Amino acid sequence: MKIHEYQAKELLAAAGAPVPRGAAAFTADEARSVAERLGGRVVVKAQIHAGGRGKGGGVKVVSDAAEAERAAEAMLGMTLVTAQTGLTGRRVGRLLVEEALEIDRELYVGFVIDRALARPVLMASRAGGMDIEQVASETPERILREVLDPVAGLRPFQARRLAFGLGLAGAVAGRAAGAMLAAAKAFRDLDATLVEINPLVVTAGGGVLALDAKVNLDDNALFRHPELHELRDTAEEEELEVEASRHSLSYVRLDGRIGCMVNGAGLAMATMDIIHLAGGEPANFLDVGGGANADQIRNAFRILMADPNVTAVLINIFGGILRCDVLAEGVIAAVRELAVELPVVIRMEGTNVEKGKRMLRESGLNFTTADTMSEAADRVVALAAG
Amino acid sequence: MAVLIDERTRLLVQGLTGREGTFHALQAARYGTTVVGGVSPGKGGATHEGWPVFDTVREAVDRTGANASVIFVPPPAAADAVLEAADAGIEVVVCITEGIPTRDMLPVIAFLDGRRTRLVGPNCPGVLSAGKSKAGIIPGHIGSEGSVGVVSRSGTLTYEAMHQLTRLGLGQTTCIGIGGDPLIGTSFVDALRLFAADRDTEAVVLIGEIGGSAEEDAAAFIAEGFDKPVVAFVAGQTAPPGRRMGHAGAIIAGGAGTAAEKQAALRAAGVTVVESPAEIGAAMARRLGASGGRRTDGARG
Repeated sequence: MKIHEYQAKELLAAAGAPVPRGAAAFTADEARSVAERLGGRVVVKAQIHAGGRGKGGGVKVVSDAAEAERAAEAMLGMTLVTAQTGLTGRRVGRLLVEEALEIDRELYVGFVIDRALARPVLMASRAGGMDIEQVASETPERILREVLDPVAGLRPFQARRLAFGLGLAGAVAGRAAGAMLAAAKAFRDLDATLVEINPLVVTAGGGVLALDAKVNLDDNALFRHPELHELRDTAEEEELEVEASRHSLSYVRLDGRIGCMVNGAGLAMATMDIIHLAGGEPANFLDVGGGANADQIRNAFRILMADPNVTAVLINIFGGILRCDVLAEGVIAAVRELAVELPVVIRMEGTNVEKGKRMLRESGLNFTTADTMSEAADRVVALAAG
Repeated sequence: MAVLIDERTRLLVQGLTGREGTFHALQAARYGTTVVGGVSPGKGGATHEGWPVFDTVREAVDRTGANASVIFVPPPAAADAVLEAADAGIEVVVCITEGIPTRDMLPVIAFLDGRRTRLVGPNCPGVLSAGKSKAGIIPGHIGSEGSVGVVSRSGTLTYEAMHQLTRLGLGQTTCIGIGGDPLIGTSFVDALRLFAADRDTEAVVLIGEIGGSAEEDAAAFIAEGFDKPVVAFVAGQTAPPGRRMGHAGAIIAGGAGTAAEKQAALRAAGVTVVESPAEIGAAMARRLGASGGRRTDGARG
């Protein structure tokens, strides 16, 4: 799960990491009063689940509260397009107003899980404020790494080693190490998959603060963090994806015209791939899961059909635990209930396949069946175009 | 021969008394697997579908001689179930559970380091040694006995590959679903090592997907001298970056982990990479024909 910068900073602050003074604002009025409380120069930052906001006009430094209010008015409701949002951009509904700092140095600090090592890793770099993937590919020597103990996490000596490695000294190095240890605690205690502070700044006065922060949470661990559920901002998500998640369906909306419904994530990706090879484009990724029942099939079909771009549907099921007759029952019910008129191509294989095919034939509905994935893809692409 | 499990396997089911555990224990037994009992803490002493139920894995091992276990335990308790099986000295532990927090798996992988226990999964369909034994949820009827090893990060795509192979008369030795999570016990390289040492495995189907670098690691291992033909498919050629595609581990992060990179690495290692998932079986048939490998008729024992 992704969360906003201001939420990430609140979580980091709760773990003891230093962050600038500030607060979230949902209206221009609120932005003004936060700015008044902070006094002096402030930064107004658009809160969307994507980076690169500065270049898109989503970050503004202002000199007083009145100017903060005007900046907030302009930003709230605007569609912010950044390198990470895609061309459609994101609508800005929340702001973070915080104190402006005199920055001396910008550093990078990031915690991730290294899959190959099966260990958490802390990366740090002097190239703060830059895209870390770019730093990693162009100047990998500028990234320092500490591999963390899978149970104990970051040790103080590792944090110190990184702080000195970044060229910090004395009390400033101590503050930076402290910030890293606090962030490590947040990373572990929150079940985060990513904690990134970019940049971690050293101010002119020698203070160390998280100027920007990104925290991604492990969806699989949310069951033990009920307090984090409310941080989800569904306005940042595709409406149909939110609806799908309510039914425990894994759905990702794409921009093609062929709706797909598949069981299993790998087969679902493979189905998208084979549609592309046949000359079409998938409208979505949709995995109904291994143990779907007729009800879930109906919900999946409804979500799939709610995308107005869809002109044909491909259902590809390899029946293991999910039996082909159960699938057929769900699809027939959904097509009747939703009065579907679009062409539907069905390819099924596996458990009870003959029974499932017979049910489709005897339903009197207009299904196109196919025996192989490639035949199914060719047919649906032809039907989608026609 | 086969890898991981065979006719000598004595399978324990952790979570036997649950719905999934019961169903798949019965399916495994029907396939010919020697299922010796189950573990459900608090239900020790009971009998379930004719099998003895134990409170702890250690007790189950002492009493039944179990040497493998399959785990159908809900996510909050699944990592601990793996640790319990490893602590009891079980050789092969297959964890089917999907949705285990990554933080729970970190100490598990560390704990297994240097021990004799091999973990397969989690978030996987399990292992099937054709005609011999199965631990997990792979439907037995889609496989047939033969000489192709299958290793895959995906469940239903494993079934698809097995089905294509079987239809073309290419039976399998062992099919291993290694799982779709970011942290898993058995990697492609581990599976390839097992297949390399297995006399009956003549060729391998490898099914990868976007995310991580396990396919690149496999390519490097193959290039170092894995001498059996490999046919590979990498799912997610059309997946958008930054979006998780169902599996927790299937995400192109920071531009890394794309299907194109993985395909290129595998091709450079001499692997036959198919673009279409419908071509997996046919490509293996061609590869075995070209390399002089024998085709099997599914009747070999």
